[in-house]
Amino acid sequence: MRARVLIRPKAGILDPQGQTVERALPALGFTGVSRVHVGRLVELDIEDPARLPEMCEQLLSNPLIEDYEIL
Amino acid sequence: MRFGVVTFPGSCDDADARAACSLVDDAVALWHGDRDLQGVDAVVIPGGFSYGDHLRVGAIARFSPVMTAIETFAHRGGPVLGICNGFQVLCEAGLLPGALLPNSSLRFAMRQTVVEVQNTLSHWTRACAGGDLLSIPSKHTTGRYYASQPVLDVMEERGQIALRYVSDPIPNGSLAGIAGVSNEAGNVLGLMPHPEHAVDLLTGSADGLRLFESAAHAQAATA
Repeated sequence: MRARVLIRPKAGILDPQGQTVERALPALGFTGVSRVHVGRLVELDIEDPARLPEMCEQLLSNPLIEDYEIL
Repeated sequence: MRFGVVTFPGSCDDADARAACSLVDDAVALWHGDRDLQGVDAVVIPGGFSYGDHLRVGAIARFSPVMTAIETFAHRGGPVLGICNGFQVLCEAGLLPGALLPNSSLRFAMRQTVVEVQNTLSHWTRACAGGDLLSIPSKHTTGRYYASQPVLDVMEERGQIALRYVSDPIPNGSLAGIAGVSNEAGNVLGLMPHPEHAVDLLTGSADGLRLFESAAHAQAATA
């Protein structure tokens, strides 16, 4: 099956990418935007989706600094 | 003593690291695909962009065959130094606490930095005195040290915060100005600045040599 894993910075850890995007949007006229965070999406074909959490813990994310969500 | 300096695909400071080690004693190259550490007495994981820094810095290098051997070596008390990308690899491998995040400026920072020796418990800082100031260049994009507050408190208590930046502003936004940390036993040390680039007054400073000398002193003390 096709699986998608969303990885994002843990809440409370400074996210300069999110901050930069947040500051850039008003310059283009997009106002009213706050709490921007930038993460990454991993898509993969997998035979045994039960192994996804293990895969996320060991390689796809670093649990010290990131949260993952299997979509 | 004999130092082994690892080369991963994408390492770029391995030659300088070997040259720095050679000023203290013998140095040999270790290849990322090898499981054999050639009987070295200390391992240096140099700076660069191992495996292209894909996914996260240091994340892929951690699974290379040589790292399996280094993990065993470190767990037995063998001295391991991780410089810049090597520090990132050691954190990903769980040999050091915490992680390194993109600089708060999101920019590549390259400048001479002054770090203060906080602790001389580590095998790699034994030739220094607490409070010594070392002038060592930093050059990185992902050097913002992070560990959760409870972990930082324990590290502080155990003397695992080895080096702090005293240059202002610090190059990366590291928590508590941390430039280098060790494991609890003190045999594994990681730092973002590059001591291998500060081994000759001709290039501005020879302070970096103290770290490599420390490993030699530590070995002489146990021999």
